[in-house]
Amino acid sequence: MLPMLQREVVQKKEWATEEELVDFFSLSQCVPGIIAVNMATFIGQKIKGVPGGIFATLGVVFPSLVIIILIAALLSNFSDLPAVQNAFAGIRACVCVLVANAVVKLWKSAKINVFTILVFAAVFACTALTDISPVFLVPASAVAGIIARNLEARAK
Amino acid sequence: MIYLSLFWEFFKTGLFTVGGGLATLPFFYDISDRLGWFTYQEIADMIAISESTPGAFGVNMASYAGFTTAGVPGAVTATFGIIAPSLIIVLIIASFIRGFQNNFYVSSALYGLRPASLGLITASAVSVLSIALLRTDLFKQTGALLDLFDFKCVILAAVIWIATNLVRPIKELHPLFFIAVSAATGVVFKFAGA
Repeated sequence: MLPMLQREVVQKKEWATEEELVDFFSLSQCVPGIIAVNMATFIGQKIKGVPGGIFATLGVVFPSLVIIILIAALLSNFSDLPAVQNAFAGIRACVCVLVANAVVKLWKSAKINVFTILVFAAVFACTALTDISPVFLVPASAVAGIIARNLEARAK
Repeated sequence: MIYLSLFWEFFKTGLFTVGGGLATLPFFYDISDRLGWFTYQEIADMIAISESTPGAFGVNMASYAGFTTAGVPGAVTATFGIIAPSLIIVLIIASFIRGFQNNFYVSSALYGLRPASLGLITASAVSVLSIALLRTDLFKQTGALLDLFDFKCVILAAVIWIATNLVRPIKELHPLFFIAVSAATGVVFKFAGA
């Protein structure tokens, strides 16, 4: 998505500079929510304040909404066909590899120390083995991060 | 009122997702567990469609899940639900807060959130893997280890893993290519036995 934003937002429309775009991108990763949506809100807000942010965000989700509704409506009519069921069984095998590849890529970029491994293992175990909702795990790990940083700062 | 609870569930998803589209997945499994709006298998299909269509993955997932739950109004409601927290939080931060990323509490919270997000995503990947490759229902009935694996799917997954990781000109191709090939393979070799 970044290359496209560079072309459209920085070069064509000149709504933001290259540096601002990079700033928005790293900010978007720190803020809750989907990164592409956060980016759109930041850029829209910069150009035209709150209404700009709202309209840019609506713009970024509109194509998804239309395309997905069309595909989902189409598929729900044909989901009983044997060919469609066979196709999706094949697709599922492919999807698990695509997801696994994405996860491995994320692992490789992760910062590894005792604390991050503990949080990773605890959250993984809670999600895989228990019914504890991510809605509790996410704030809990944010708090754990703040406590750990404080302890590390004190130890120095 | 289904639309209110749809909005609320996806609002929570948007609010507690940190770091990329895949991070939304655990919330879909959680919704499936608690509310039964869609099955794990349907989630796997939604992932396939969301990966192969344009647009942000998380937004596509929300639109699809909303449609599965309550039709077109459901798709619109779920999508607005998942973007609403972003919109509110980003507008506040952009308007009022300078140096947000350098704030001690923000960076410390992220210190915990990054590995947590990775743990959540990994757990989701395990769910996707077991839905696609294992036949846990059949295994529970027969207890035979050979019945646990869906061998056609395991072989296809192995081939795609090799193609996406090791074969140089192929591995840069768009995910849609691999999804299309897998769909064709599934039809030709009757993967669902249908």
